Amino acid sequence: MIPLLGITTQALFAQLLLGLINGAFYALLSLGLAVIFGMLNIVNFAHGALYMMGAFFAWFLLHYFEIGYWPALVLAPLGVGLLGMVIERTMLHRLAGLDPIYGLLLTFGIALIVQGLFQNAYGASGMPYPMPDLLKGGQNLGFMYLPNYRAWVVVFSIAVCLATWFAIEKTRLGATLRAATENPELTRAFGVNVPRLITLTYGFGVALAALAGVLAAPIYQVRPLMGADFIIVVFAVVVIGGMGSIMGSILTGFLLGLVEGLTKVFYPQAANVVVFVIMVLVLLVKPAGLFGKQA
Amino acid sequence: MRDAAAPAILRTKRPPDEILAIAALAALLVAAPLAIYPFLLAQALCMALFACAFNLLVGYGGLLSFGHALFFGWASYFAAHMAKGFGWPPELAIAAATLCAGALGLVAGALSIRRQGIYFSMITLALAQLGYFVALQVPFTHGEDGIQGVPRGKLFGLINLGDDFTLYYVVLAIFLFGLFGVYRIVHSPFGAVLKAIRENEPRAISLGYRTERYKLAAFVLSATLAGLAGATKAIVAQSATLTDAHWTMSGEVILMTLVGGMGTITGPVLGAFVIVAMQTYFSAMGQWVTVIQGAIFVLCVLAFRRGVVGEIAARFKISL
Amino acid sequence: MKHILQAGAALALILAVPALAQEKTIRIGVLTDMSGPYADVGGAGSTLAAELAVEDSGIKARGWTVSVVSADHQNKVDVASNVTREWFDQGKADVIVDTLNSGVALAVSQIVKEKNKVLLNSGAASSDLTGKSCSPNTIAWTYDTFSQANGTGRALTKAGGDSWYFITADYAFGKALERDTTAVVTANGGKVLGDTMAPLNNADFSSQLLQAQASKAKVIGLANAGADSVNSIKQAAEFGITQSGQKLAALLIFISDVHALGLKAAQGLEFTETYYWDVNDQTRAFADRFSKRSKNAAKPTMVQAGVYSSLRHYLKAVEAGAPVADGAGVVARMKSLPTDDQAFGKGSIREDGRKIHPAYLLQVKKPEESKYPWDYARIVATIPAEEAFRPLSQSECPLVKK
Repeated sequence: MIPLLGITTQALFAQLLLGLINGAFYALLSLGLAVIFGMLNIVNFAHGALYMMGAFFAWFLLHYFEIGYWPALVLAPLGVGLLGMVIERTMLHRLAGLDPIYGLLLTFGIALIVQGLFQNAYGASGMPYPMPDLLKGGQNLGFMYLPNYRAWVVVFSIAVCLATWFAIEKTRLGATLRAATENPELTRAFGVNVPRLITLTYGFGVALAALAGVLAAPIYQVRPLMGADFIIVVFAVVVIGGMGSIMGSILTGFLLGLVEGLTKVFYPQAANVVVFVIMVLVLLVKPAGLFGKQA
Repeated sequence: MRDAAAPAILRTKRPPDEILAIAALAALLVAAPLAIYPFLLAQALCMALFACAFNLLVGYGGLLSFGHALFFGWASYFAAHMAKGFGWPPELAIAAATLCAGALGLVAGALSIRRQGIYFSMITLALAQLGYFVALQVPFTHGEDGIQGVPRGKLFGLINLGDDFTLYYVVLAIFLFGLFGVYRIVHSPFGAVLKAIRENEPRAISLGYRTERYKLAAFVLSATLAGLAGATKAIVAQSATLTDAHWTMSGEVILMTLVGGMGTITGPVLGAFVIVAMQTYFSAMGQWVTVIQGAIFVLCVLAFRRGVVGEIAARFKISL
Repeated sequence: MKHILQAGAALALILAVPALAQEKTIRIGVLTDMSGPYADVGGAGSTLAAELAVEDSGIKARGWTVSVVSADHQNKVDVASNVTREWFDQGKADVIVDTLNSGVALAVSQIVKEKNKVLLNSGAASSDLTGKSCSPNTIAWTYDTFSQANGTGRALTKAGGDSWYFITADYAFGKALERDTTAVVTANGGKVLGDTMAPLNNADFSSQLLQAQASKAKVIGLANAGADSVNSIKQAAEFGITQSGQKLAALLIFISDVHALGLKAAQGLEFTETYYWDVNDQTRAFADRFSKRSKNAAKPTMVQAGVYSSLRHYLKAVEAGAPVADGAGVVARMKSLPTDDQAFGKGSIREDGRKIHPAYLLQVKKPEESKYPWDYARIVATIPAEEAFRPLSQSECPLVKK
């Protein structure tokens, strides 16, 4: 028990751990954004809305089909990912070759439509989603009471992030993907179906967002605007990390979760803005972001 | 932005079409309060001016800011506070708030033009969100209640703005001043360089232009005009609230400009009126308005990238 | 010539009819949050409550024309101001009810005063409406930050919850709620151990809850509203706070929020309402009629009940001869008449525009204690009308003569 700036080290550890949990959501979402951006050169503004849809998908499964949390963890990303692929095929696809800003505007429009529709159907206050029985309760770690579910969120999202990193950086499929990003013409010449690869990539990025949504459902209320403001913070996270690297976006996500957690303890008034302030500082010092290459 | 009605503008140096369009618009607006509720019209004019300011940056500079609510909202707070808290007359409050917005634009611009394209958009969005949270915290904005009951006062100590009709014509004068300002900027040598940067920045650099300075200047001008719109709106609506500083406002101004036509002088004005009318007359539909707005976004991006006025201009090969 | 005369006569008739009808016409505008975070608290239910009030009053049978229009203010002050101005300028409303948002209520109150109409606020919490911003045209019907703080703070402190820790929404409303509650807690011999701020629309309250847990305070006061309350309560259950013996006091929460949370997450929660549907036969009778026509058979919240009650009284005052066109006159008449209706029983309106009635401290039942639909809470204490609201002696309202 060594007090530090008016807070005990134990409490500090507890807050750091909580920050890590929030960082898990940032990491999953910014990873999805980075994957999509890398491949399609599109900033997916609909990411927050799709994250929300992931949570709702889980809720639908439970409410209408009595399918619980564990199957939802697979089914929701699949379902929303499929929807993402439809969006890519029918709309985003047409913007190839145009200024990437149009992709931003289009996905912004999609986000408005989706959020508006859900608000019409389910109101704003949202619905509760029960915790899976297996993960109820918590552990007394001595310095804090850690709910089992939160521990699960951290462990699971780290695993997903690492698996994604491995798949993109270390496998043959990932190599093809990276090649298609670098030079689509040449990759096509090697017999790779680049448009299909693009569609699948978008679907995968969207599925990551939906997965984060399912993870969030038991903690937060499942509500139509749960992703609307969240996504702007994730954008700042992406700017800080730089979009160039997969690992960069994962690390920045967790890092900023920690920083935000600390801010909540020492200067809670700034908890909302700390990510944006860091973004400004990073831009001044390293315009390309912490892990990015100068664009 | 490359395909947004650019050729038509570049072709002639000072096309009379635009002047005619502005004159026709002015005539229409002078007569408008006879048919439409002037208070609503005055607010729509503020939005139209905001869209014109935004268009200056995106339509002619090719810089898509996703955070223009920062300048609109904060100028609105400044003007409201000066008029209510300090008891300043409306002209002084508006002028001072406009300058403050310009200064804010200098800071935000200097930061955001360090990156290009999508990054620029995301940075402006994040900066505006920062501004929003600051507005929520600092005492003088009164947080979520906003500043209420701002006195309209007397313009130059003479003209009583309490009357909706008088107010409308004063706002119309401010609006036309702003619109004509945009027109002059666009057709100045500065505007020509700006368009050159939009078309091909590396070439502009190789021609010896310090493009960052031009971009920053465009950003500051745009922020200042957006501030003028926000400050005027505070006097019209007699309040300044978080709505004006929220990112949805940044989204709305993009929508207005997109609908009307990026890179056209009169397009954003039309777009602003369309969107304000839709929000007003469909307000009973609640969240469906959001859905419709989103659908318009999608439709414009997929099918009408030039916007209404841009499409007409392209069809008749004129500049509007 | 004959045609012109005929047309002229017809025109005169058309013009004259509304002028005649004006005498016995009442136009009610329900301004509320139809789609946002408080849509379940007021929203369509407030419109329904207004319609019920008109029907129950039987005023139409006595030759009056009553219309009810409603609009969504989207929790935006500028939207609300525009709607209000338009309603008044284009003759669509004489009286505005609900409002459901403090910023909106303060703005609308000013316009109402300027145009000499009537505002019957039911949903907005700001005690300023009857304090420094009070108006001769405005009545605050249901509750305010003071009554909430007073109800929950006093009763809990007296019941042994003498040490408090606050989790406060970091904006004016949250701070006002914390300030008012702190005053009540210390006045009753309790002490406040500390507080922590949470930003508006915060999704994650774990950090704040952990600090509250570490403070070892007996009561954790949640000075927030809407989604913030719901999220913080839900996560408090996750971190085992109520199980470990600390009490959770939501300073502003509605029965619809308890419904959304579910009893499992909300059990044990203490909160204050000025209307709870299951208090007596009268309140139940009103609630039954309401829920027969409401979406998902929901019982009325105190805000919706307040809309009903305030309109019943307004109609009574108008029928008693107060001219509709003179808003301040109607309000003065409303203040002079005693109030009585099914939802709130007997009561009165003070000179500062504050409606006075008892408040109830409620505790959310355990899931196994709930016997029938919407059986969510039991009454822990009843605070008498004269003690439930801020005393006139403390009022900053200029209308109060001292």
